Amino acid sequence: MSLWTRLTAWLALIFGLTYFLLPLIGMAEFSLKMRRGVYSLDAYAKVLGDPRFQETFTYSVVMALFTIAFGVLLVVPTAYWVRLKMPWARPYVEFVTLLPLVIPAIVIVFGYIRLYNTSSWLPLTGTAMGTNVLLMFGYATLALPYMYRAVDTGLRTIDVATLTEAAQSLGAGWITVLGRVILPNVLVAVLSGAFLTFAIVIGEFTMAALLNRPAFGPYLQVLGANRAYEPAALSVIAFAITWACMGLIQLATHLSKHTKAPR
Amino acid sequence: MSFLTIEHLEKSFGANRVVKDFNLGIEKGEFVSLLGPSGCGKTTVLRMVAGFETPSTGRIAIGGKDVVDLRPNQRNIGMVFQSYALFPNLTVADNIGFGLKVAGKPRAERTARVQEMLKLIGLSELGDRYPFQLSGGQQQRVALARALAPSPHVLLLDEPLSALDAKVRVSLRNEIRAIQKKLGITTIFVTHDQEEALSMSDRIVVMHGGIAEQVGTPFEVYNRPATKFVANFVGMLNTLSAEVIDAATGRVRIGGTEATLRRPLPEGKVMLAARPEMISLGLQPGRDTVLDGTITSVDFFGSVIRLRARVDGSDLAFDMFNTTEEPPPAPGTDVRLSLLASDLLLIGEN
Ligand SMILES: Nc1ncnc2c1ncn2[C@@H]1O[C@H](COP(=O)(O)OP(=O)(O)O)[C@@H](O)[C@H]1O
Ligand SMILES: [Mg+2]
Repeated sequence: MSLWTRLTAWLALIFGLTYFLLPLIGMAEFSLKMRRGVYSLDAYAKVLGDPRFQETFTYSVVMALFTIAFGVLLVVPTAYWVRLKMPWARPYVEFVTLLPLVIPAIVIVFGYIRLYNTSSWLPLTGTAMGTNVLLMFGYATLALPYMYRAVDTGLRTIDVATLTEAAQSLGAGWITVLGRVILPNVLVAVLSGAFLTFAIVIGEFTMAALLNRPAFGPYLQVLGANRAYEPAALSVIAFAITWACMGLIQLATHLSKHTKAPR
Repeated sequence: MSFLTIEHLEKSFGANRVVKDFNLGIEKGEFVSLLGPSGCGKTTVLRMVAGFETPSTGRIAIGGKDVVDLRPNQRNIGMVFQSYALFPNLTVADNIGFGLKVAGKPRAERTARVQEMLKLIGLSELGDRYPFQLSGGQQQRVALARALAPSPHVLLLDEPLSALDAKVRVSLRNEIRAIQKKLGITTIFVTHDQEEALSMSDRIVVMHGGIAEQVGTPFEVYNRPATKFVANFVGMLNTLSAEVIDAATGRVRIGGTEATLRRPLPEGKVMLAARPEMISLGLQPGRDTVLDGTITSVDFFGSVIRLRARVDGSDLAFDMFNTTEEPPPAPGTDVRLSLLASDLLLIGEN
C-alpha cells in the first residue's frame, strides 16, 4: 500500500470518527456544565434523582423484557418452522419481517388505535393493561427485522433438519426439540436480537407517546423541551445503555465456545 | 412372523415413485443392509421406518404392532445419521443421556447408563468433551451410543461411515457389528458400499430404482445374484457372450471352446458372467473349461494379484494369490485359463 492510500484511509477514518464522536463529546461536555464554572455531575444527580425518571425508566425496562420474551417466543419457532418445513416461503417471510423498516411507526400506531379503540371488537386501548399489551406488540413489530435476521442467521449455522430428527428419534416432542435443541444452539443469536430489542424499546418515542404510556422516550422528550442540562445527561445515559447492549452482544458471542460449528 | 415387517411399502414424491412394493421381514437381532446406488430409495425406506416420511401405502409393523400412524418420537427407534448430528451445545455424556432425560429417567439411572454406553464405545474418558472436540470417528461412536442408550427396539443407520476416511471406516465397521451382536439389537444399515454390506450383514437387500431386487445372505447375493443388476452391482464381473448349443443341458459355445453349465438355458445367444476368483491360471483340477488368452495387464496388490487376459476379443479379469516361488506372468504372455462351467452366471439373453 502506498503512503498516499494509507494517508487517505486514515483521513477517512478520522473524518468518520469526528462525524460520530464530536456531537457526542459536545453533548457529554455540556451535560457536565450545570454548575457554573466547573465540571460537575449535578445534571446526572438531578436526573437520576427524579422520580419521573425512575418510573419511566423502570416502565421501559419492564416493557423491553416483555417485548424480548414475546419476540423470542414468536420469532424462534417461526424462523425454525420456515427453515424446516417451508423453505420456499423464506423470501416472503423475510420480506414481511422487513416491512417495519419501511412503514413508519406512526402509521402502525394509528392503525392500532383505529383497530383496537374503545368502540372496536377488541377494545385494547380501553385499559392501561390493554394499552401496555398493544404497545408491546408494537415494540415487537419494530424489533422484528433485527430479531428475525439474528435468529435466522443463527439457525443457518446448525443443521436444523437433522438435529430435529435426531432429537425426535430419541423421543423428543416439538416443545423439547425447540427448548432443548434449537434454542440453546441459537442462544447467541437470540441474545444479540434481545439486546437490540432492548436498545430500541428504551429509546422509542412515537408509539409510547401516541398510546400515552409513561415510557422513557416521551419523558426524554418532555425533559428536552423544558430543561437545558438534564436532557444532555439523559442522552449520555441512553447512549451508555445502547453501547452496553452492543458490548454484551460481543461478550455473548465470545463466551459461546461450545456452539462453534463442528469441523 | 418377523420382528420387523414391511409389507407392500410404496412412496411417491409427486409423480415420482421412489419406493415400489417393498417387502421385508427382519428377525429379532438380525443385521440387514439396504444396498444400492445413490438415489435408489434406501434412505426413503429407512425414513419411513423411523417415521420421518409417511408411506403412500403399505404397512410397517414392529413387534407385531403397526407403527405407520405413530410419530417418530413414539416409535422407540434409534437412528444414526451420516453427519453424526450430535447436539453441539451438549457434552458427550449429555448427548448420550438425551433420550433418557426426555423419557424422564432419574439422574442416577441416567448416569449409570451413560457410563455403560461410554464404556461400550471405548470413550469412557471423553464424557466431558463437546462434540467439536472429537474426531469424526469418535463423534459417530457417540452418535451410536446416543441412539442405543434408551434401548430402542430397532437401530437404523443411514450411511454412517460415508463421511469417514478409509481406515476409520473399516475399524468402525467392525466395531458397529460387534456392538450390534453384543446387544442383539435388530438393525437396518443403509449403504451404497458393497464391501460394507457384504462384510457386516446377516442379510442384504439389494435395491434398484425403488425395488428390492434381491434379499439374501451376502453369500447368496454374491454367488447367486437374482438379477443382472445385482450381479453387476455386487462384486466385479467378467462378461462372456456365448451361443447355446443344447438348451436342456446348458451346453454353450464360448469363442473356440464348448462348455456345459448343467442347467437349462434359453435358446440362442446368451450373456454369461464370471467373477474374477472363478477363473484360474493354468489347468486346475475340478475346472472343466479351458480358455486361451494373452495377458494384458498385471496389478500387484500384495497378497492378491489381479491379472487381465484378452480372450476372444474381450478382457477377462482374474486373481491369483501371491507366492514367493513364482512371479506372475508378464503382459504379452500367452496363457491358458480354466474355470468350472457350472459356476457361470447367466446375466442376459436374446
Ligand atoms: N423429500 C423429497 N422430495 C422429493 N423427492 C425426494 C425427497 N426425498 C427423496 N427424494 C427422491 O427420492 C429418490 C430416492 O432418494 P433416497 O431415498 O434419498 O435415495 P438413496 O438414499 O438410496 O440415495 C431420489 O430420486 C430423491 O431425489
Ligand atoms: Mg441416502
